[in-house]
Amino acid sequence: MSRRVWIFVLAAPVIAAAALLISGARSVTASAGQAPASSAEVKIDNFSFGPTTLTVAPGATVTWTNRDDIPHTVVSDDKVFKSKVLDTDEKFSYTFTKPGTYGYFCSIHPKMTGKVVVQ
Amino acid sequence: MTTKVKDEILHDHNHDGIDRRGFLKCMAWAGTGALCVMQGGVLKSYGLSRLSDLGGRAPAAGELSFAQISDSHMGFNKPANPDVAGTLKAAVDKINGLSTAPEFLLHTGDISHLSKPEEFDTVDQILKATGKEVFFVPGEHDVLNDDGAQFRERYGKGAKGAGWYSFEKKGVHFIGLVNVMNLKAGGLGTLGHEQLEWLEDDVKHLKHSTPLVVFAHIPLWTVYPDWGWGTEDSAQALAYLKKFGSVTVLNGHIHQTMQKVEGTVTFHTAASTAFPQPEPGKAPSPGPMKVPAEQLRSVLGITDVNYVRGQQALAVVDSSLA
Repeated sequence: MSRRVWIFVLAAPVIAAAALLISGARSVTASAGQAPASSAEVKIDNFSFGPTTLTVAPGATVTWTNRDDIPHTVVSDDKVFKSKVLDTDEKFSYTFTKPGTYGYFCSIHPKMTGKVVVQ
Repeated sequence: MTTKVKDEILHDHNHDGIDRRGFLKCMAWAGTGALCVMQGGVLKSYGLSRLSDLGGRAPAAGELSFAQISDSHMGFNKPANPDVAGTLKAAVDKINGLSTAPEFLLHTGDISHLSKPEEFDTVDQILKATGKEVFFVPGEHDVLNDDGAQFRERYGKGAKGAGWYSFEKKGVHFIGLVNVMNLKAGGLGTLGHEQLEWLEDDVKHLKHSTPLVVFAHIPLWTVYPDWGWGTEDSAQALAYLKKFGSVTVLNGHIHQTMQKVEGTVTFHTAASTAFPQPEPGKAPSPGPMKVPAEQLRSVLGITDVNYVRGQQALAVVDSSLA
């Protein structure tokens, strides 16, 4: 009886760790500052980009979603990428192939700024 | 912020009117009617319910009256106002009902919400009911995706550069400026070097006694930089206008009435015909402000302006759509 319990207790962390590894692979892609990443998201809420600074690995695709009642755009400072105007719930994606820091802003509301760090 | 309280406000800035260098505190209230009387660079504004107190001091009908509308945002359909066509029609009714019929209209931008051709078409159709000529300047919502090409094609024929121009009406010199193009990351509205040079040249040969009306979308004074409510190089533009005895600056963009007097320059922003925005810093963002449906028209409005020859300044009157 006690032996079986002991085996179970030993097994539980192993299963949990395995589950973490599987789900971890998925959650890493969605969180900032972690590598490797193949896709990531930026939400536009209340006239701001969140997260303001996003770090991804080369090859990652970043998707911006406008959740405001007002249209916004996503335009890189150096004209590397430029979205069409995004109305409520519309999205824009860009795949970053080269390492570097990409500052961007909303060309309609230029006080809205953000940064994608590719490394 | 109830209507009652706002109507009782009586601003009298006589104490600041002598040296004219006073930097008067901005006054903001969202939409209730107010009568603003400018005399000798001194602004007095009265809630409309106090007009009877003015007696014979209300400005007489002058040589020139015109109305300003702004921020129609045709195409907007969110809860803050699901019927922006209906409220624009209400603005037209208000204009058509003014006791002194305006000779023409100024629209200070954000005609459309998404620069779609059908949005501009709808506004044009609704404004036709005024039977008046309309002078437009673009808002940032009117120049999306095409750097303003469509706007200039529709409204900017004969205009210079991105769509700036000037014209004369009965001795008043009107200047329409564009400050919504080529905005830079982190910045405010901008006029740009080319437009500033044009402006300097445009006013160079005018008599200093010529009344000027300058209209543009984004305020030409810094209302609230955190929300981008200002124009980076407006100081340069205003420097060219310093020699004039009467300058009235009319803007939109911030969806609420606000005014300021600096020297001989009166700044005024108009209410939107579509939806209100919060007072500076009073909300997490300048997004559309939702008010109870029955209050909506009290926070939307039009502005009419009356010029009386011989008086130094123009009378600016805001009225809500309620």
